[in-house]
Amino acid sequence: MSEFDQLYRELILDHYKNPRNHGLLDPADAQAEGQNPLCGDEVSVSVRLGEGDVIEEVGFDGRGCAISQAATSMLSDLVKGRTAGEVASMPKEELLDELGIPLTPVRLKCAILGLGVLKLALHKARGTPLPEEWGTSANELVLE
Amino acid sequence: MLDAHRLRADFAVFDELVNGKPVAFLDSAASSQKPRQVLDAMREFYEHSYANVHRGVYQLAERATAGYEGARQKIRAFINAPEAREIVFTRNATEGINLVAYAWGLVNLGPGDVVLVTEAEHHSNFVPWQYVAKRTGADFRLIPLDENGELDLAALDTFEGDGRVKVVATTLVSNVLGTVNPIEHLSRWAHERDAVIVVDAAQAAPHRRIDVQALGCDFLAFCAHKMCGPSGAGALWGRAELLEAMEPFNLGGHMIRRVSFEETTWGDLPHKFEAGTSPIAEAVGFGAAVDYLEAVGLEAIEQYEHELVAYALERLAELPWVDVYGPPADRRAGLVSFNVEGVHPHDVAQVLDWEGVAIRAGHHCCQPLMRKLGVAATNRASFYLYSIPEEVDRLVDGLHKAKQSLG
Repeated sequence: MSEFDQLYRELILDHYKNPRNHGLLDPADAQAEGQNPLCGDEVSVSVRLGEGDVIEEVGFDGRGCAISQAATSMLSDLVKGRTAGEVASMPKEELLDELGIPLTPVRLKCAILGLGVLKLALHKARGTPLPEEWGTSANELVLE
Repeated sequence: MLDAHRLRADFAVFDELVNGKPVAFLDSAASSQKPRQVLDAMREFYEHSYANVHRGVYQLAERATAGYEGARQKIRAFINAPEAREIVFTRNATEGINLVAYAWGLVNLGPGDVVLVTEAEHHSNFVPWQYVAKRTGADFRLIPLDENGELDLAALDTFEGDGRVKVVATTLVSNVLGTVNPIEHLSRWAHERDAVIVVDAAQAAPHRRIDVQALGCDFLAFCAHKMCGPSGAGALWGRAELLEAMEPFNLGGHMIRRVSFEETTWGDLPHKFEAGTSPIAEAVGFGAAVDYLEAVGLEAIEQYEHELVAYALERLAELPWVDVYGPPADRRAGLVSFNVEGVHPHDVAQVLDWEGVAIRAGHHCCQPLMRKLGVAATNRASFYLYSIPEEVDRLVDGLHKAKQSLG
């Protein structure tokens, strides 16, 4: 398999071209925005919670590179049915494993943008602080 | 006539393989590759003539000083500056501009004054002026671009009513659009208003003949690393009478005349602006880079790059899904920024990297210009004396691949 196929393997391309759970939810129980200023990637994520704070629906919107948008689409499928608390502390490695491609430090930020925004949305809704590794902004995630 | 294939033999990097392919390096506007003549000169200097400059009474220190000051003389001649003492060694072009913004701007600007900067500036010639204007209470205003990405000179006179224009800061060649700005015109306009004009020549000095006396500007900054020299060395030229009247920028060793418990007086030009140990071997490498470019010929470099960018624009015009920014070939320096419809620049650059083609993707340190263009980022291919048409072809082939898989 060439490196091209590795990185933009079919699944990622499919998520990029046909994003799952696209479009923000209205009303939503949690929502946040974020950006990656270096690349100009932007992502907004909204969530609807059910009984026991279980994530019932996820909707996202955004623009940017294939990695940032496909990773957010994959994430939106991945977290449905889990509790907000579980996802708020989900390690980024879980999403990176799901992506299953080698990423340089620059592209890593593209890959985890959606996860950071989702975490921010959940922490905001729960009134808990976003872990420091994601930055200090209270309202918008900015991956410098 | 410049023979790029022959010049490539001077650059060991072209033997490198990237993903099994020879590297097509189309990012010289960010930093150029280095010929062995420059590397040899620096090694030779370190091995035979190295010591700190201006201090020792011993032979090695004299040789080192001769090498360092010799480089200053070469740079003086390179830009046709009247005097070598008007050349200040800096770390890079950014530091040169900061020197002017702080040492001239903080003292000479105030409320009611206008600082004029173009919309196309690199952050290096934008942020220092925006900051100094804010600190001093001066107005910070932008000279707009027209739809070709060229300065809208008719707009200049609309700034008249805003206050006293005290400084005009502009790039000679835009690092995103390749636009070549009419510095002579801007210098006349600025001087009619007793304003000073500061020119960022980082993208110009490597590629075309610069004559500061013909340009008529007051300050001009550039750096070695974009013109076949090492990183860590730059030069600021300023008119002697302006530099003499200015306060120092960095303070400490070497820049003094006399230090006592009570007070310190400043050294003569250029030493007043060269506090601490300078990038000595880098300055020598900078001088060797000047020698290298002069041997090739600045006029030949400009002409060759002009042909190459015309070819690149022609090839890119074959792709209806590519948007190109900036002026037509006859008024453009050797670089081209573009976007591929439906494919983010980072994805384009990633696909090209697998083909061994190195381009830049991002905002190119020009966020205000990106906003003006209405894009988050662009791709940029930039050419130099070692670039060849085959690399343009590889770029176009790679763009087809990016479009097919992601567009």
